Amino acid sequence: MSDPFLPQKDEIRRRLEGRYVGAVPHNQALGLRVVDYRPEHLSLALPYRLDLVGNPETEVLHGGCITSLIDATCGGAVIMSLAAPRRIATLDLRIDYVRPALPHQEVICGAHCYKVTRHVAFVRAKAHHGDKANPIAAASGTFVIFPDEGRRTEDAVSK
Amino acid sequence: MRLRDAVVDLRQTGDFRSLQEAIPYARFMGISGELVDGDVIGRMRYSDHLVGNANVPALHGGTLGALMESTAIFKLLWHGETTAIPKTINITVEYLRGAKPQDVLARAEFTRRGRRVANVRVFAYQDDPDSPVAVATAHFLLVQD
Repeated sequence: MSDPFLPQKDEIRRRLEGRYVGAVPHNQALGLRVVDYRPEHLSLALPYRLDLVGNPETEVLHGGCITSLIDATCGGAVIMSLAAPRRIATLDLRIDYVRPALPHQEVICGAHCYKVTRHVAFVRAKAHHGDKANPIAAASGTFVIFPDEGRRTEDAVSK
Repeated sequence: MRLRDAVVDLRQTGDFRSLQEAIPYARFMGISGELVDGDVIGRMRYSDHLVGNANVPALHGGTLGALMESTAIFKLLWHGETTAIPKTINITVEYLRGAKPQDVLARAEFTRRGRRVANVRVFAYQDDPDSPVAVATAHFLLVQD
């Protein structure tokens, strides 16, 4: 059975904004916010800020904060795909910068966790300025899903 | 100082401070470069806002990507002939182990540095350079002035 239990939408929003964006210091430092969410999908926005600029001549955001946005959104999309909260970690993340980002515009990342196995989740994402058809970056990532703490404790007890 | 002037200053002095000063994001992240035995070493100074998982605790994966991309660019600027900033074509980051809440260092290697494109491997580490916390492969477009 591949269809996981899906929590209520309010519960999902609460979990994402509170536990994932709010409780992650670096996501909070970047001012990430939830744009859209549905099962297996998540969109987060990185607001434009002058202190995140990489090249002061073009005033375009640094690739590093776009990497953090994409990593955070992909991880969130994995969490959206799990039946219960689990600890996850990025295994790898590839980002293609397909066209230059524009200055003074927020960057939105939309991520889709298209496959979850027992231990690994696979995600694709695109970053854009509001037009999904005209992305600035395309990414794919894989995440490790750590065993459920409760189940591991039961295993340890049974041994 | 303008970014291009900072690149000229770096090549003359071997000091990355004016480059860090010229890049707002580098200041925000505490990312800078230094020359160690003639090689460029990137450093991301630990700060509480770099944490991705407060329970473990571990640094945010994106911050390691940012350090490695920056270190590759620092090394390209140090060895380059133009003052134009290389453009990142793509970057692949492999996360090997959790990064502890302390400084992270990074070392870059040119797999191939052509006229237009540079292929760079970057290793990020904390206590032991032989035990990296993350490695990256990145391609850069070398823009002419």
